[in-house]
Amino acid sequence: MAKIAYTEKKDTRSGFGAGLLEAGKKDENVVALCADLTGSLKMNAFEDEFPDRFFQVGIAEANMMGMAAGLTMGGKIPFTGTFANFSTGRVYDQIRQSIAYSNKNVKIAASHAGLTLGEDGATHQILEDIGMMKMLPNMTVICPADYNQTKAATIAAAEFEGPVYLRFGRPKVPNFTAADKKFEIGKADVIIEGTDVTIIATGHLVWIAIEAEEILAEKGISAEVINMATIKPLDAQAIIDSAKKTGCVVTAEEHQYNGGLGESVARVLGQNTPTPIEMVAVDDSFGESGTADQLMEKYGISTTGIVNSVEKVISRK
Amino acid sequence: MAEISEMKNVCSQVRRDIVRMVHAVNSGHPGGSLGCVEFFTALYFEVMNHDPKNFTMDGLDEDMFFLSNGHISPVWYSVLARSGYFEVSELATFRLLNSRLQGHPATEEGLEGIRIASGSLGQGLSVAIGAALTKKLNGEDSIVYTLHGDGEMQEGQIWEAAIYAAAKKVDNLISSIDFNGQQIDGSTEDVMSLGDLKGKWQAFGWDVMESNGNDMEDVVAKLKEAKTRTGKEKPVMIIMTTTMGNGVDFMMKDHSWHGIAPNDEQLADALNQLSETLGDY
Repeated sequence: MAKIAYTEKKDTRSGFGAGLLEAGKKDENVVALCADLTGSLKMNAFEDEFPDRFFQVGIAEANMMGMAAGLTMGGKIPFTGTFANFSTGRVYDQIRQSIAYSNKNVKIAASHAGLTLGEDGATHQILEDIGMMKMLPNMTVICPADYNQTKAATIAAAEFEGPVYLRFGRPKVPNFTAADKKFEIGKADVIIEGTDVTIIATGHLVWIAIEAEEILAEKGISAEVINMATIKPLDAQAIIDSAKKTGCVVTAEEHQYNGGLGESVARVLGQNTPTPIEMVAVDDSFGESGTADQLMEKYGISTTGIVNSVEKVISRK
Repeated sequence: MAEISEMKNVCSQVRRDIVRMVHAVNSGHPGGSLGCVEFFTALYFEVMNHDPKNFTMDGLDEDMFFLSNGHISPVWYSVLARSGYFEVSELATFRLLNSRLQGHPATEEGLEGIRIASGSLGQGLSVAIGAALTKKLNGEDSIVYTLHGDGEMQEGQIWEAAIYAAAKKVDNLISSIDFNGQQIDGSTEDVMSLGDLKGKWQAFGWDVMESNGNDMEDVVAKLKEAKTRTGKEKPVMIIMTTTMGNGVDFMMKDHSWHGIAPNDEQLADALNQLSETLGDY
């Protein structure tokens, strides 16, 4: 029996759609732009409710990023919407110069990140976006775990002053965060306490870490599970405190090793409390076509992958 | 309202500022800067509704200007200072360590008058469209202005923005192109011909005008005419013919002055051609 329960499976992108609508109702300065993926980003409800504050920009992502930067001058809070691939790599220089360096209050909402995009294949399965975004000064990077947390993170992003990258996915995943839980940018959540190993996960991997904890418990291993929804700024204190308690760490993410959450955690540990660490992530390769479950299994971004990494890291203590 | 003769005096001083600024740090872009002096002077001393002493990022109820070809920062910095955004003496810090006058315009150091970083080309039109949309949402009748290089027209993002502005009737926007026919590697004709530039913008759905960008009277007249053509469901484009290096004879019509500074002797030669009308910084 898992220590965390969920009521239903829902996609995180729908959490964004719901959060955007609520943020729009709270603040009339919230506006949204979409590059021909309104349905995929679940932005329809916002468009229907606030047609004058919704800008369909067509398949022109570079222009969308620049427009979003421009909209901030005069007080608007723009959310851009497209797939994570087209939200980052395709428009990196526009984000770098017009949004991050210019420190504009733009929220980049990026769906279909990672392998779980599935059958469309590697052209669309970006596994480098966290790295690109966290490298940019002024940029906040958020990767929520489930529907409720994505909704809350979207509302928090609207209330936060500064550029934010919001990453979410395509498939339906267990919705376990309490609906009334407020999202605090930069604060990790210890969702299961343990003593033998710390599992630090982000996005879809948080539920997989919860499943892994159950298997580990059956093996007599007490795992602490941390939901690291904000990758930048990273909650260094939470990492240090937990690592000092358990003595070893596993990170888990739907992203490359290079530039991912794991590297950020390793830096915090190395600089503060050197601790054995293993990382569950994609090992310097592109994805491919397949179902989300098949791909996560093949690339080792799975419950088994986490359990194996935990056993390995414990042996290194 | 500024007299044309007064604006010509400003132009002469701005040209002195430009060559002195790039000479002092032996870097920067004098050619395009010198070619756009009349445009900037017209905008900041006559055409735009703006408040130099009370600059805000939001610029509510003010016209806004975005420089998309950020490398011609010397002319912008000079005109911003000469029109009262900051002290003229600060021009002496251009491109120096810890200066607010970065090589390319930036917001990070808080220089009054700058609302977005530019330098990586092709981005300013999109930004201006966003700002223009915010003015519409806020119920303002203010106008957003931009300037672009002609070489910059080779960037794809420009045309994404061009389609958007026409399709969505962004008609509180007046853009200009510094059509000097030169870019770093040579003439735009040789590097990658822009073809029928006017026809292209017309085909994209813009209301296209032309001006003689180094004729003070014509620049002012065309910008004022452009204002009368806003609010008519089309964005306005002014293709402004200029001479790179205008005002300094040895810099004119030579693309090599795009991004190099004059030496001591060349500076003296240039300054001999430009009256010190308002006092050097």
